[in-house]
Amino acid sequence: MAAAHDARQVSRIKLAIGPLSGVEAELLERAFTVARMGTLAETAILDIEETPVIVWCEACGTQSHASLNRLLCGSCGTWRVTLRSGDELLLKSLELEFPDQPEVAEAGRGAPATGDGECHV
Amino acid sequence: MCEYCGCTTTPEAIEIKDRGRVVATRPADTHSIEVLTGILSENDHLAAHVRDHLADHGVLAVNLMSSPGSGKTSLLEATIDALGDTYRIAVIEGDLETENDADRVRAKGVPAIQVITGQTCHLDARMVHDALHGLDLGQIDVLFIENVGNLVCPASFDLGQAANVVLLSATEGDDKPAKYPVMFRGADLVLITKADLIPVLDDFDPEKARSHVRDLANGADVPEVSARRPETLKPWFDWIDRQVDHARQSHAGRPIGEHAHHHHSQHHHEPVERQT
Repeated sequence: MAAAHDARQVSRIKLAIGPLSGVEAELLERAFTVARMGTLAETAILDIEETPVIVWCEACGTQSHASLNRLLCGSCGTWRVTLRSGDELLLKSLELEFPDQPEVAEAGRGAPATGDGECHV
Repeated sequence: MCEYCGCTTTPEAIEIKDRGRVVATRPADTHSIEVLTGILSENDHLAAHVRDHLADHGVLAVNLMSSPGSGKTSLLEATIDALGDTYRIAVIEGDLETENDADRVRAKGVPAIQVITGQTCHLDARMVHDALHGLDLGQIDVLFIENVGNLVCPASFDLGQAANVVLLSATEGDDKPAKYPVMFRGADLVLITKADLIPVLDDFDPEKARSHVRDLANGADVPEVSARRPETLKPWFDWIDRQVDHARQSHAGRPIGEHAHHHHSQHHHEPVERQT
């Protein structure tokens, strides 16, 4: 993705990981120290947001926090709930560094799109 | 959203750096390369591709998962004995080593592809995709994918299956669903296997196992079966019948050739000889 945007380096990788995704954030952080070697993300900071387990109960209209193996409505206790949060495994965003492109600084908020069909980040 | 590349607006501030020096900053709410892409997107992409292949041929694919030794292969043998004349069955076997399980299935006259995963503790969509090249999908009604015996990692990899079936043998603890919530939460059917042993085991309560599955907000059926007692397998066979009906109905309503190869990875779909 960094290469697709002609970036020189990845400086930060933001992830969202829920406990029901099956991925342990701590282990992923350790694996990342090895996986990033020799890549554009070699010096990147891995920023992991651990999302809470939240369920929605349609019967009583309650949204509540739940534990990993007790996905029950916090109000009425039913198991007929929908998971609202907790199974994410998402790459939320990347912070990229670019070669000398001082003009980017002027792109600013709501800069008009250029006519060449490219998206200037 | 950016109308050119589809990237989205983020509420967070952005820094653009050059050799550690910040050359530009962007205040919050401006433009970023917000991606929100599933990290497993490559696997998911291939899994969708596998799912399309299977749907094109009206094949029901079932992902069988459990801990090692809970009776997946024995269940398959008993299933082939009972349903082999009704459905054209094929099997993909996943194991770290040996072709033993595929050989057991082949001995029943059913085509089987063994995926030897080495030290990989799960099957992924690419392995299944590659294994499909060794099967003639036009000659298959039901494809069983016997995953590597493991209640952890296989839960995280979509293989393109229509349904997940998780086996919990009576010789394990009835609290396995509470211990492995990711696996059991994703189960479309939980089979309590080796149920013929329940009378001699004083520490396995099928009701407790069911309750632990419900606690994962999962309403899946949890029947008790034994591969050694074919008469106990009826709930499993009935479930397969319903899934096959569903796969066939979906297939009937599907435009011919709907599945085009839009994906980026390069591979060929040449007919491969069936391995039996």
